[in-house]
Amino acid sequence: MAVIRYAGRSFSVAEGESVLETLLSANYEIPNSCRAGVCQSCVMQLVDGEIDPSAQKGLKDSWQAQDLFLACRCHPDQDLEIRLPAVDHIRVGCQVTGHDRLSGGILRLRLRPESQFDYRPGQYVTLWRDTTLGRSYSLASVPVLDGDELEFHIKRFSNGRLSSWLCDCVNVGDRIALQGPGGYCFYTGNDAEQDLLLAGAGTGLAPLYGILRDALQRGHTGQIHLYHGAVDIEGLYLHETLQELAATHQNLHYHPCTLNEPPGRCHDVRVENLNQLLSRERSGLQGWKVYLCGPDEFVKKQRQHCFLAGAGLKDIYADAFINHSQP
Amino acid sequence: MSSLYERLGGEAALDAAVDIFYRKVLTDDRVNEFFDDVDMEQQAAKQKGFLTMVFGGPHNYTGKDMREGHKHLLARGLNDTHVDVIIELLGGTLKELGVGDTDIAEVATIAESVRDDVLDR
Ligand SMILES: Cc1cc2nc3c(=O)[nH]c(=O)nc-3n(C[C@H](O)[C@H](O)[C@H](O)COP(=O)(O)OP(=O)(O)OC[C@H]3O[C@@H](n4cnc5c(N)ncnc54)[C@H](O)[C@@H]3O)c2cc1C
Ligand code: HEM
Ligand code: FES
Repeated sequence: MAVIRYAGRSFSVAEGESVLETLLSANYEIPNSCRAGVCQSCVMQLVDGEIDPSAQKGLKDSWQAQDLFLACRCHPDQDLEIRLPAVDHIRVGCQVTGHDRLSGGILRLRLRPESQFDYRPGQYVTLWRDTTLGRSYSLASVPVLDGDELEFHIKRFSNGRLSSWLCDCVNVGDRIALQGPGGYCFYTGNDAEQDLLLAGAGTGLAPLYGILRDALQRGHTGQIHLYHGAVDIEGLYLHETLQELAATHQNLHYHPCTLNEPPGRCHDVRVENLNQLLSRERSGLQGWKVYLCGPDEFVKKQRQHCFLAGAGLKDIYADAFINHSQP
Repeated sequence: MSSLYERLGGEAALDAAVDIFYRKVLTDDRVNEFFDDVDMEQQAAKQKGFLTMVFGGPHNYTGKDMREGHKHLLARGLNDTHVDVIIELLGGTLKELGVGDTDIAEVATIAESVRDDVLDR
């Protein structure tokens, strides 16, 4: 059994346990959120010993070079000494420059980083409430269109620690720390003629909005089908903006759908479960590139559907909004 | 004489085979229940591991790995007929890729040789 040294003490890592689990059971407050190697909030630093490369998967090169690794993905088979990395090394301070509500209570948050911050639209970052509480949010902005302002779309969970804090307690002018970016869900531009399927549920639209505008701005010529699913009509929080974009771009097709019947007449919104709609309308995905974003359940289902409908495993990009405290 | 793995087209052929084979597995009611709760993101890598092995390519799996890796499936009723189906689907995949019968037979032989490990006998 491997032993880890942390904060001057030693702990045995039980069989099958991660370094994160070991330290949490020893009552240390180690930041974490997804516990699935996605959000990068549990990043720690190796002082002595060797770790398996799988614990560094997805970390940017400069972080790997500094021996940073993900505590939730680290199952050591030899003794290690580790520490939390210096916060100002891995986080960037940002100024809140925009804080407004879209329909359905979705918060549109805008941040301006105080130092150089490079990203691809559709990637995600961790926003921190304090030194230990952070959650992932996806980038809806596009550098050439939005300048140095970052845009996020946030759904408020009434008992959600980070989302309700962002919605209720943060104001324009405040400072927030940000870490990242991470993830591979972005427009690559390798093939401007390839057909694209973008499907998102809820605020899964955030990364897709970034990817979509990036693709259009870079002159994508293939067909782009954007599906957005929400519970109610208010949840289609970019409805008009997307209708306008579709009206000015011949190759963009916007397919909104809601679970509940809208109160008034609404010709262009389908009343159907997004999964059903996609299964019905999207067969024959051979050669397509597919982007799937939103709740874990939705992403899992659609990943399988799209693969069976012909999309190659390598052509399916996905961001599942995993949250470990999810019921 | 080049190795089976090289004749089949090495790494590049694997990538093509993974999609075809995995699509067959997921749509075949005789075996797909075993793959129901497997995360697809990790599946690509695991399928590649499986195919590298039966293509006679470079891999690090041991018999023990195969026993451990399929134990939870044994508990769910994995038996000889399922191994037969997997070998059948493997053959179908290779046929689609234009591989000849002798090479397909050689792949089947390698898969056969792992049968007892997979079924923990
Ligand atoms: C890669 C990635 C990208 C993400 N991008 C975005 C984004 O762009 N916009 C966005 O709004 N969110 C996004 N998320 C989700 C986000 O990180 C948080 O999980 C979410 O805001 C809830 O955090 P919280 O601290 O408010 O809730 P917590 O305090 O962690 O949870 C408290 C309670 O809230 C409820 N809850 C939390 N999450 C869920 C859920 N997914 N489904 C149902 N109930 C839940 C549960 O009742 C839970 O017990 C992303 C997640 C990941 C992993
Ligand atoms: C014919 C002989 C077989 C061989 C050589 C073989 C080989 C493998 C290999 C190499 C892996 C990847 C392990 C890893 O990288 O983690 C694997 C995983 C898997 N195999 Fe097999 N396999 C065989 C038969 C079967 C059969 C008959 C079934 C069920 C019908 C099956 C179901 C699975 C599943 C579900 C996984 C993934 C398990 C997980 O994700 O934990 N295998 N197999
Ligand atoms: S990456 Fe480790 S908790 Fe999310």
